[in-house]
Amino acid sequence: MTIEKMALAKAINESLRTALEADPKVLIMGEDVGKLGGVFRVTDGLQKDFGEERVIDTPLAESGIVGTAIGLALRGYRPVVEIQFDGFVFPAYDQIVTQLAKMHARALGKIKLPVVVRIPYGGGIGAVEHHSESPEALFAHVAGLKVVSPSNAGDAYWMMQQAIQSDDPVIFFEPKRRYWDKAEVDKDAIPGPLHGVRVAREGSDLTLAAYGPMVKVCLEAAAAAQEEGKSIEVLDLRSMSPIDFDSIQASVEKTRRLVVVHEAPVFLGTGAEIAARITERCFYHLEAPVLRVGGYHAPYPPARLEEEYLPGLDRVLDAVDRSLAY
Amino acid sequence: MTVESTAARKPRRSAGTKSAASASTTGTKSAASRSAGAAAKKSPGATGGEPELVQLLTPEGKRVKDATYDRYVADITPEELRGLYRDMVLSRRFDAEATSLQRQGELGLWASMLGQEAAQIGSGRATRADDYVFPTYREHGVAWCRGVDPTNLLGMFRGVNNGGWDPNGNNFHLYTIVIGSQTLHATGYAMGVAKDGADSAVIAYFGDGASSQGDVMEAFNFGAVYNAPVVFFCQNNQWAISEPTERQMRVPLYQRAQGFGFPGVRVDGNDVLACLAVTKWALERARNGEGPTLLEAYTYRMGAHTTSDDPTKYRADEEREAWEAKDPILRLRAYLEGANHADEGFFAELEAESEALGKRVRDVVRAMPDPDNFAIFENVYADGHALVDEERAQFAAYQASFADAGEGK
Ligand SMILES: Cc1ncc(C[n+]2csc(CCOP(=O)(O)OP(=O)(O)O)c2C)c(N)n1
Ligand SMILES: [Mg+2]
Repeated sequence: MTIEKMALAKAINESLRTALEADPKVLIMGEDVGKLGGVFRVTDGLQKDFGEERVIDTPLAESGIVGTAIGLALRGYRPVVEIQFDGFVFPAYDQIVTQLAKMHARALGKIKLPVVVRIPYGGGIGAVEHHSESPEALFAHVAGLKVVSPSNAGDAYWMMQQAIQSDDPVIFFEPKRRYWDKAEVDKDAIPGPLHGVRVAREGSDLTLAAYGPMVKVCLEAAAAAQEEGKSIEVLDLRSMSPIDFDSIQASVEKTRRLVVVHEAPVFLGTGAEIAARITERCFYHLEAPVLRVGGYHAPYPPARLEEEYLPGLDRVLDAVDRSLAY
Repeated sequence: MTVESTAARKPRRSAGTKSAASASTTGTKSAASRSAGAAAKKSPGATGGEPELVQLLTPEGKRVKDATYDRYVADITPEELRGLYRDMVLSRRFDAEATSLQRQGELGLWASMLGQEAAQIGSGRATRADDYVFPTYREHGVAWCRGVDPTNLLGMFRGVNNGGWDPNGNNFHLYTIVIGSQTLHATGYAMGVAKDGADSAVIAYFGDGASSQGDVMEAFNFGAVYNAPVVFFCQNNQWAISEPTERQMRVPLYQRAQGFGFPGVRVDGNDVLACLAVTKWALERARNGEGPTLLEAYTYRMGAHTTSDDPTKYRADEEREAWEAKDPILRLRAYLEGANHADEGFFAELEAESEALGKRVRDVVRAMPDPDNFAIFENVYADGHALVDEERAQFAAYQASFADAGEGK
């Protein structure tokens, strides 16, 4: 049997293991990824089994981690680097934006940088500041980067496989509050395309589009709405760059209503881009403006307020009601 | 004043302090330093044998002479020594209380400073009221010395705020979680102090792990280039979460200063007297216009990285046990007792004071209210922002809709 139920963190661990076994050029790099196995244990046991040459505890320097990963990629390696928490990617932002994203184009396509940057992201775990951010739009905004986020263990396994195989740099956002959520992983499955939308639940009255940690919230909202006789379709977007607009369009042409949900601030977020594009594509199908539910234009609040800041079931349902009221 | 004029700031005082600086960089090694030298095993690649280490109190509590640094504690009174002891005991007690409050669910997280009391109290007590301190997230002992109410430190660990004190109230900046950032802020602040022609000094705390960050090395360089009155105080507690210092450096950290053009000194970080002395020296250099100093307090993180961490995954108990023998508090106690500087009554009174502090911290934390929901939108901008106003209003309407629904039922 190759179908196994496991936690999302474990699925990524298994995926990294598979990649390390399959390709000697795959390397794992980051702070505390070795003996400790990462602060979330995503790389647990990998250094023990693959050695310090392949699973590398780096100095505490994110710019250094990504910068040297670029160099290793230039030399033919496929580094998978871990940024310990979302809020700590910014020392590496320069390397990611000015170098990692652009080098392929500058070299007229002659070089490829198959670097995966893993970032545990999002809130909901009661952490201190800089440990709960959702900075995906800051990366999706940069041409040359691909940006993805799985919502469940099965996708996490396969999307990591595909990200490592990708010849483009991939920023891989891991929904940290779902690390412990278990789901089935089929290691023999034929996965869908890395950047394709997955229909997580079919429905006919309204489309909820989300990714990462918010897919679960949207599924719960859809279940709650069902009890009131509303049929909600839930899309797991999976990729913020590129975005599978065709699939979103197909869904919206059916349901005529769209609400986009993410933890990241609404202002200039992924939802803004989706709202604009879908309005262009589906203007005559839409019964209501595309609505967005997300974080506020404010620093991520202290843990005791995060429940108020994060979109939860009620806020999603509120948006569903507002959309249906048009 | 221009930035250039900061660079040109001339030393104000005698060469006396300068010779202290050069003595420490050219490897003068006191007898005392040898006894603790073995602790340097974790810094491979040290050129020319064991790195020197300033020590004034041995682990057994014996006062040893140091030609360079004795003068900075020469006139210390028994009362002041008892004060240092009291600071260490009370800040340790506070720290332990916070750890247990985390266990009880009152705090979300705690980063214990256990084992680092001497480094923090020694350096903290060396500062003057007009000096400015830039801490990491572990400087509870330094905060204590600065007069920050310890309960104020707990807000961010409880999750009721992201800072929680007015940095200018005690010239003690907010805790900084993004590793290394604050060293640049300290350097910039020091550049400002110099521009103002003030004789205050600035001290930036950071860890052994932080020393790998570009920001920290940039801070060293800015400090050097502008001859800023800043002291870089590294607590080398041997670990950056699970990574030992071998993963961060191949020469003893303090030696890095030389490459930037200012002196670096390694001090026994479990010796409060030595930490006090070297920090006084370094702050005096800063005040005198002699520029930055790097101090490496060689110490040990006795506890887990934070309450979320499990050190058994990556380090051996024996290491901890070896460091227990060098405990900073026991060491000073042995000295106080040996020199008849403290009697039973003092220790008993302190014990009672310590219990009272623990109780006060517990009570305050348990009574600490959750912030108002609207705090989310507060202080986002100094001059306000239309989008924040709009979202606050939407939030208010949304919240009110629940109240209305409640009333309707
Ligand atoms: C830029 C950044 N990267 C990673 C982290 C996660 N992190 C928090 S503490 C720490 C280790 C710090 O070690 P050190 O500087 O030695 O200080 P110590 O915790 O030992 O006091 C790490 C990696 C962070 N806070 N900031
Ligand atoms: Mg450390």
